Amino acid sequence: MPCQTARDIEPEGTLVQTHSPDIAAATAARTQLPQVTHARNPGMALDLDWVAAVQANTSAIERRAATLGGRRSVKKEWQAAWLLKAITLIDLTTLSGDDTAGRVQRLCAKARQPVRPEMLERLGMTGITVGAVCVYHDMVETAVRALEGTNIPVAAVSTGFPAGLSPYHLRIAEIGESVRAGAREIDIVISRRHVLTQNWQALYDEMREMRAACGEAHVKAILATGELGTLRNVARASLICMMAGADFIKTSTGKEGVNATLPVSLTMIRCIRDYQDRTGFKVGYKPAGGISKAKDALLYLALMKDELGYPWLQPDLFRFGASSLLGDIERQLEHYLTGHYSASNRHAMG
Amino acid sequence: MTIKEIFDTMAYGPAPEAATEALAWLARHGNSFGHWIDGRFTAPDAVFETKNPTTGKVLATVSQGSASSVDSAVAAARRAQPKWAAMPGHKRAKILYALARLTQKHSRLLAVLETLDNGKPIRESRDIDVPLVTRHFYYHAGLAQLMASELPGHEALGVCGAVIPWNFPLLMLAWKVAPALAAGNTVVLKPAEYTPLTALLFAEISAEAGLPPGVLNIVTGDGDTGAALVAHPEVNKIAFTGSTSVGKAIRQATAGTGKALTLELGGKSPYIVFDDADIDSAIEGLVDAIWFNQGQVCCAGSRLLVQEGIAGRFHEKLKRRMDGLRIGDPLDKCIDVGAIIDPAQLRMITDMVAGSDGEVYQANTPVPQGCFYPPTLITGLGTASRLIQEEIFGPVLVSMTFRTPVEAVELANNSRYGLAATVWTENVNLALDIAPKLKAGVVWVNATNLFDAAAGFGGVRESGFGREGGWEGLLAYLKPTGKSATLKPVSAVAAPKTAEAPALDRTAKLFIGGKQARPDGGHSKAVYSPKGKLLGHVGIGSRKDIRNAVEAAHAAKGWARTTGHARAQILYYIAENLSARAEEFARRIKEMTGATGEAEVDCAIQRLFTYAAWADKFDGAAKSVPVRGVALAMNEPCGVIGALCPDEAPLLGLISVMAPAIAMGNTCVLVASDAFPLSATDFYQVLEASDVPAGVVNIVTGPHTDLGKSLAGHMDVDAVWSFSSAPVSAMVERESAANLKRTWVNNACARDWFSPASEGRAFLRQATEVKTVWIPYGE
Repeated sequence: MPCQTARDIEPEGTLVQTHSPDIAAATAARTQLPQVTHARNPGMALDLDWVAAVQANTSAIERRAATLGGRRSVKKEWQAAWLLKAITLIDLTTLSGDDTAGRVQRLCAKARQPVRPEMLERLGMTGITVGAVCVYHDMVETAVRALEGTNIPVAAVSTGFPAGLSPYHLRIAEIGESVRAGAREIDIVISRRHVLTQNWQALYDEMREMRAACGEAHVKAILATGELGTLRNVARASLICMMAGADFIKTSTGKEGVNATLPVSLTMIRCIRDYQDRTGFKVGYKPAGGISKAKDALLYLALMKDELGYPWLQPDLFRFGASSLLGDIERQLEHYLTGHYSASNRHAMG
Repeated sequence: MTIKEIFDTMAYGPAPEAATEALAWLARHGNSFGHWIDGRFTAPDAVFETKNPTTGKVLATVSQGSASSVDSAVAAARRAQPKWAAMPGHKRAKILYALARLTQKHSRLLAVLETLDNGKPIRESRDIDVPLVTRHFYYHAGLAQLMASELPGHEALGVCGAVIPWNFPLLMLAWKVAPALAAGNTVVLKPAEYTPLTALLFAEISAEAGLPPGVLNIVTGDGDTGAALVAHPEVNKIAFTGSTSVGKAIRQATAGTGKALTLELGGKSPYIVFDDADIDSAIEGLVDAIWFNQGQVCCAGSRLLVQEGIAGRFHEKLKRRMDGLRIGDPLDKCIDVGAIIDPAQLRMITDMVAGSDGEVYQANTPVPQGCFYPPTLITGLGTASRLIQEEIFGPVLVSMTFRTPVEAVELANNSRYGLAATVWTENVNLALDIAPKLKAGVVWVNATNLFDAAAGFGGVRESGFGREGGWEGLLAYLKPTGKSATLKPVSAVAAPKTAEAPALDRTAKLFIGGKQARPDGGHSKAVYSPKGKLLGHVGIGSRKDIRNAVEAAHAAKGWARTTGHARAQILYYIAENLSARAEEFARRIKEMTGATGEAEVDCAIQRLFTYAAWADKFDGAAKSVPVRGVALAMNEPCGVIGALCPDEAPLLGLISVMAPAIAMGNTCVLVASDAFPLSATDFYQVLEASDVPAGVVNIVTGPHTDLGKSLAGHMDVDAVWSFSSAPVSAMVERESAANLKRTWVNNACARDWFSPASEGRAFLRQATEVKTVWIPYGE
């Protein structure tokens, strides 16, 4: 029984299983590290029967995704509060060939103080930071230094990001380098070819080894869903990565033709729910790429709340991979406070 | 709540849609309405209240339509009709187009008013009801444009009376009004007592579209007003959507009046989930099936059939999903389930669930005070349970399990109803195998409650008859052009004083289940020639013989699964064998009727050829619906058709009703010409010689009045046709209400059986039911 297999493995960290409303625990857990509030997913033996039984009806999933926006709406102070929450869930990201220390330091400053203090004060909030800063390996040390004194983790994209086609031993070694450089979260990319050729064992083994290489650092498995062809493949890859011990599953590198979408998200988070039902372990979710509007962020939060519940509205189980989302949220917050539509030059650049 | 508190709890807050404009519209009318007759509002009279079910507060008062208000509305419609019908299709199209545009332009006002009056969530009125209304008028603008070229030989019926329910007030108006107007009819519509407001707003809007006065009239009121409209002698058609009991009453009330009738009634639609389904999507489908519009949906997937092996996990997941549904103020944009239409309906739902012996689970979600009912799942019920059999019309799902596809179909069809069905499986072979086997007018594969103007919607069995939407829906508002003469009763030749006995006694029998059978009652009657010759005896069939014939017809149902090609072969073979005995059949006709028989036999052979030709050519359609997928309109046989054959053409008449019926895969019980029965009894020898499987065609002789009553009232007959010269049309229509079978009667209108107008599509349409199978796709 896969269920027993999973529970046989002693979870790392402190097991503080939280259940709805989970509010007290989450409020106390100001840290972004998952193990503080939830047992870390240890993975389980590869269960190919489960993988083979996965179904994902694309048109039905699309219909659910398309009607969600009409079913859920948050207005006024609820909208402001939800947008502030969204900020705390952002992996503020720069992944460009022209990244420099200066650019990353500026980004980290923004991560510490994502909203104008005077605005935050009027909103009655303090201590809002983004969820993490996400950079390439070479920028990890800079970012870690720039974030000293905060509890904001640095995430490094890794394993030959974005294509994942560099020599395997170097991909594994890259993880260790980044962890040593101070990254507390590692966003790995899976070998898409293992999914496309249905080589589940290879995918499982690869993910297992990457998880091991991360050690205490948390691992987010980037599926690059835009390159997997079908939602059924997305679901299968999601399950395999969780079985192999992923702490998070993440949609995209941001470099594929199609990045995070609601149908892909629905497919992946339904897998997260099934995985929890089967093993008892909560796995995090990170949609990345293409989420740039405050309105989109609200929709994602409603999706997480309705499908998975409150724990997945906290940074230890949910992140947005985004670079321009924050700017739009700042403008919406100012609109809430003033009644006037805002302009980007009124908010500090990231 | 402070922002900090919300930030910590991540609760949903209120997200109200403004009702200002809708309330202002009501106020502009002094919150009191008359009827809309002849293009203007009458003064409010004998008013009653229409309430907001969410708050119980009165929104407005509307007038109770009296017989005289119905009278003036029908008179206005009658005056306007000739000019409206004579208008070029393009002109009608332009007005329907304007109606589409105007419903779009006033979409929010219509949606909010609908939610205020009905209690459905604003999401639904805004995202589903009103867009479907607009789409319906666009689509029918197109039908008006194309009607003249695509449907020559058809004309409008005249004045149509529409009686609609409270669950989709504006959408049901559109479903009735758009095709009626497109076809050139004028309309008197009675909205439901609970929900008259959007119809009145639509009436006002229709003037902006340039709809001439009198073309659309709205008379508000209760069931009495509806009954007055149904009974009005100047109304040519009644289109009704509502309960099966009222549908039966309307069937009886209109019997014999010559009014055309379409009924869209109740249901207990099965929702079948196979073990290879995408379970989460199937559960989400249930939200759209039974928690859409508080479950107050005629085609709600209210009867869950889930394969036994996954039932436990399915129910567990379903309960969790139910807990996430949000119930409350329907004007809130963050609400899934709104208010029940009225406290009376709420009591009915509450009582039905309270009386259940099953295991009741109610969603663990806050339910506000007032007219609200929580999403409910009931498991552990047997097939005999009242809640499995009867429509609840509330947010209550009942669930059973099945083991095999065959059992799923059996359970699904174990119902008096036949409106819609849903099938979830990832196996295309299974889905396409199951869909045709389900007794339903609409089947959704891996989806539910999809609607579109291009796709026919309607039921079988006690869910009613007729289709709404598509070309098939338009035809329900049309009739063939031309007038027909009155059909005079054809009498048998009276017994002469002294009859000339035949050389050798010959016994004509009934033909039941492929065997010649003596009449159960043991009575016979003599048949004489006009010259006084005793031609032979025929059995006097009774209700027992009808019973036996219907049983035989059911036993032959495999006929429906034969290919069109195979059925054509048999029809050709019948023609071949008839041709071989043409002289004998012609002689028989001459002996019985005194008229020459060669032409009739020749035409009968041609008719067999016609339907042999049609057997594999009456194609369905793939409808252009706005989803990624196909909506197949499949022409399926009705089942068992009972027919009273024409008296005046004893052979040709029988073949003209038999051939289309069996060509389409029906089995039939034919009651032979009462006056001249021997052609029919001779003909069974041809059937015996032509490889017609036993029971596909059954022939009973005897009096049309008695046999027609037994056939029309038989609960296991799917359609009954009467071309009898006896005045039985009213009786047939009245008796048919027993199981709401389809009827096709001549209302004493003569038909030239030799004419090409007495064959072809009109007959094939009567011999088939259009089943719409929605198959969204995409990987």
